[in-house]
Amino acid sequence: MTTTTIDEAVTAGQATIEETKPEREPIERVSIICSKGTLDMAYPGLVMANGARMMGVEAMVFFTFWGLDIITEKKIDSLHVATVGNPSMPIPTMVGGLPGMEAMATKMMKKQMDDLEIPPVREFIEMLSDSGAELYACRMAMDMFKLEEKDLVPQVDEVLTVMDFYDKSAGAQIIFI
Amino acid sequence: MPVVDYAGQSIEVNEEGFLVDSSQWTPEVAEAIARDIGIDALSDQHWKVITFCREDAANQGTPPGLRRISKNSGVNMKELYQLFPKGPGKLAAMVSGLPKPQGCI
Repeated sequence: MTTTTIDEAVTAGQATIEETKPEREPIERVSIICSKGTLDMAYPGLVMANGARMMGVEAMVFFTFWGLDIITEKKIDSLHVATVGNPSMPIPTMVGGLPGMEAMATKMMKKQMDDLEIPPVREFIEMLSDSGAELYACRMAMDMFKLEEKDLVPQVDEVLTVMDFYDKSAGAQIIFI
Repeated sequence: MPVVDYAGQSIEVNEEGFLVDSSQWTPEVAEAIARDIGIDALSDQHWKVITFCREDAANQGTPPGLRRISKNSGVNMKELYQLFPKGPGKLAAMVSGLPKPQGCI
């Protein structure tokens, strides 16, 4: 049997470049890892998961390390914007460290979110759960922060090990935030 | 752009299936679009959503996002996903004969 490479087939006029391009498959499932707990890093993962559900794509979100704050009952309503150590913050680090700066930046961001009809984090998590998105907490991070399931918001479906995470992510595009 | 036959009318749609001219929409067209996207018959709840979307779009000049629909149409988020299992964000607007919503929520 002789084999022909795509390049040879194109050169020999047996195929056009267009024909050799693989068809792009639509995304059917996304698996989003939320690893950070500041307000500005919480929203991207939540918006992307929700956006997937809105167009009929399956979505799961795995909260690990500081990302657990997003689903922790005591933290969920008080996530804040980092004004120090945040390279995108348009103020000098020394100013960002002054008392009250984080509170002010957080208030500003919450106001902007509200203007855009983006819900607060707790409502966002409820919305995701209602949409059928699966919400998972990381076992190792839970142990590290000494959290139990009762410390999490009720919308969390399950606590997963990293191996469980890969099982649940079968067929999904994995996005790390 | 493709022209499709919906309820005996020739209607122009874009590549994603949204009506190009929203004024060509009729309730019969909505039923035909719904069948195309796998919804056999539109229920009263579907119509609640469609009526809200069309009225809101007429007032706001842009089709409503999903959160807006769930807050104002009388149909909650969970139910929206049951009514349009293949993605209410796109499909509520599509059946309502409106363009694809531009918001991310």
